[in-house]
Amino acid sequence: MITLTVNGKTHTIDVEPDTPLLWVLRDHLDLTGTKFGCGIAQCGACTVHLGGRPLRSCVTPVSAAAGQAITTIEGLAGDTLHAVQQAWIEHDVPQCGYCQSGQLMVAAHLVDNNANPSDADIDKAMINICRCGTYPRMRSALHRAAALARDAMADA
Amino acid sequence: MKTHEALPLSRRAFVKSTVAASGGLMLTLALPRADAALNPWTGDAAGTEISAWLTIDPNSQVTIRVAQSEMGEGVFTAMPMLVAEELDCDWSQVKAEYASANRSVRENGVYRRMGTGGSGAVRRSREYLQQAGASARERLKAAAAARWDVDVNTLRTDKGRVFHDASGRSAAYGVLAAEAAAITLAEEPAIRKAGEFKLLGTPLNRLDVPSKVDGSATFGIDVKVPGMVYAAYDACPVWGGALASLDPAPALAVKGVKQVIEVEDGFAVIADSYWQARKGLDALAPNWDLGEHANASSDAMRAEFKTDLDRRGVVAHEEGDAYANLESAETVIEADYDAPYLAHLAMEPVNCTVAIAEDRVDVWTGTQNPESILGAAAEILGRAPETIHVHNCFLGGGFGRRSMPDFARRALAIAKALGPTPVKVLWSREADTRTGHFRPLAALRFKAGFDASGKPVALLNRSATHSILAGFRPEVVQNGLDGSSTEGLENQPYDIAHVSIEHHLKRTPVPVWFWRSVGSSQNGFALEAFIDEMAEAAGQDPLAFRQGLLHKHPAMLNTLNMAAEKASWGRPMAPGTAQGIAIHESFGSICAQVAEVAVTRSGEVRVERVVTAIDCGNTVNPRTIAEQVESSVIYGLSAALWGRSDIENGQVVQQNFDRNRVVKMAEAPAIETHFSLSGGEHWGGIGEPALPPTAPAVVNAIYRITGRRIRALPIAQHDLRWG
Ligand code: FES
Ligand code: FES
Repeated sequence: MITLTVNGKTHTIDVEPDTPLLWVLRDHLDLTGTKFGCGIAQCGACTVHLGGRPLRSCVTPVSAAAGQAITTIEGLAGDTLHAVQQAWIEHDVPQCGYCQSGQLMVAAHLVDNNANPSDADIDKAMINICRCGTYPRMRSALHRAAALARDAMADA
Repeated sequence: MKTHEALPLSRRAFVKSTVAASGGLMLTLALPRADAALNPWTGDAAGTEISAWLTIDPNSQVTIRVAQSEMGEGVFTAMPMLVAEELDCDWSQVKAEYASANRSVRENGVYRRMGTGGSGAVRRSREYLQQAGASARERLKAAAAARWDVDVNTLRTDKGRVFHDASGRSAAYGVLAAEAAAITLAEEPAIRKAGEFKLLGTPLNRLDVPSKVDGSATFGIDVKVPGMVYAAYDACPVWGGALASLDPAPALAVKGVKQVIEVEDGFAVIADSYWQARKGLDALAPNWDLGEHANASSDAMRAEFKTDLDRRGVVAHEEGDAYANLESAETVIEADYDAPYLAHLAMEPVNCTVAIAEDRVDVWTGTQNPESILGAAAEILGRAPETIHVHNCFLGGGFGRRSMPDFARRALAIAKALGPTPVKVLWSREADTRTGHFRPLAALRFKAGFDASGKPVALLNRSATHSILAGFRPEVVQNGLDGSSTEGLENQPYDIAHVSIEHHLKRTPVPVWFWRSVGSSQNGFALEAFIDEMAEAAGQDPLAFRQGLLHKHPAMLNTLNMAAEKASWGRPMAPGTAQGIAIHESFGSICAQVAEVAVTRSGEVRVERVVTAIDCGNTVNPRTIAEQVESSVIYGLSAALWGRSDIENGQVVQQNFDRNRVVKMAEAPAIETHFSLSGGEHWGGIGEPALPPTAPAVVNAIYRITGRRIRALPIAQHDLRWG
């Protein structure tokens, strides 16, 4: 039995400890927003936050995630969408959409930790694969998301 | 077929489903998503069906059925726009859902063309979708006319309401829908033409985007059916090989594994969860009979293809006498090109979920062709097509990969072995790649002759490549010619008096298939790179040379000029950077690009900017078009820079993203899209035409920096150190 805290909810799951976190989220907890793309830590489709930091869940044994806060795409929004989700909608970013949960988890971490990311910061952080080539729109949406987040801070 | 069971499979709680009156299917048991709107296949039960294409609910929400597959190209928005253009509904009240292939089978093909490919969604369904919208609008007006007892010609429609201005009355579509549904029109209304559109041509955000930023969009891989088991599948790594023997014990020893099933050219491990199935699969050491292709090598195939270029081929297109005029030409240049086999690498590995009940079969997957899967299910399971329900999901990329029913066929065979237990079969990335089909290997030769003034007088081209159609529609391959193999060559646009375009149709053990932009992806590369070689031989600037030979093609000339002008062609560039230009017509659209490229002295290539001009005639959603241009440029750039599927010992070498390098954020160029629309009655495709010019524009720029002509893709195999 493994106890996981995902999106603020605690679950006790009967699963082998070496099972990758990805499959526990998808098959056991029905949190299918986190995707499988390669299984070898190359594409980033499976990115979630563990202890607030992006992590490729396809190569993370569930045992390594026990006891830490896990956030998936389903838990990224609070009362309102996260700034990156809002900007992604505004800039019409997703195409097939399959990589986007992972992209958004990385983008959210970037915006949450860097009030004004430069293009170089974006290049460095955004290393997930998008076969649909949404990179130019992700870049402009990230700049927009950072502006939205700054505005929200100023209003608060 | 053999099965090995760990435990007898209990008869499980089974999915109960009913066909709703609407085109979609309703499941009576809960699916993983609470909000039905996010399941692209779920019918809208609340609405009144006006026709197979649309329903209107009491609040005037319009649900429009989409018979094409949403794989990122935007059909979930563009198809509804075509209907809404005529319907005059409120766009903020439009919802999209998939049309049912089952219904199309039962109702005499009511959804017409359901396959998605060939950049044909708008081109091939625009008129009947506009008609569906116009027809519904007129019926709503007729319902209002009957209610108010007024002449229908005194009514107008706007934003989901019918207005009678003379009396100041109006009624919402939702109120009129039931009455409209009972009305038959005496004659069909005319549809709007370019110049009359209110919605078409307006940039709109995509309807599917909100569900794709919060994880709620349902892809095939996300489907969960009550009582479902999971299967991991693998096949012989060599085409035509077979399983000689398999000891299932190591898999059966893995917790959760229920069964090992041998099926067709491989085997599947069945378990309570995917990871258990995968662990079971990885524990096995199958003994393959690799068959006759165990030594197949793409290097040897390429060498053979190139040898063929020494012989005349079947003539695909001929003007004048190219041979005699090459003989008498003042100058002749010649060059050989080649492009490798290439996997699609759509982001979502292929998968398929099947539930077989006594009286019906349900299949969930992301497919570019639900009808082919429906047909495969009927055939494999021996059921009547009317009892098969294919629920298309959002596709995690298609690019041609998901127009093959191969993966669904395997899943259906596995499901058949399991009987009434629903099963989700999921391929690993590696298995997806090696059981997929590939862009064909191609070798091309060009010879051009010039007169004393430098004017090109003769062009000879030979190509050796596969026929994709020969594999499944052999009747259309006449005299060894498949138009999709020579597209872009046989219709080469340049005004040269003597032309011979010849072809050698090749066959190897490697299965081939449509890959985004098909023959144009290699042919456009080779032709447009060679045109730059010709320009140099003629002593002309690459743009000026093309302009001089395109005077009979005003639309091409306009598009070329727009790209050149928007990119400020010829502007001074920093040392180590240069512009390259290319133009190609495919799928009814003309696309010209200027690539701005940097090559470091140590040979590293960086594409900084790609300026695109496109003539797709008219536009449905210009925003989606710009997105498809960006997507095509980046997909094409990954292929140009690094893309290759090498075959060694009968097996694909590059199976996962560790060995298939693709463009990421840091390598993505800035991309501009400009429209040079010829308008009128012309509607071109948009999912593919911006891909072919990218590779040649890039290699043409690289030459101007390094002096190296790149005639073989991918670019990364060449040493580009310079200076
Ligand atoms: S699925 Fe985890 S990195 Fe690709
Ligand atoms: S949106 Fe399709 S892979 Fe990124």
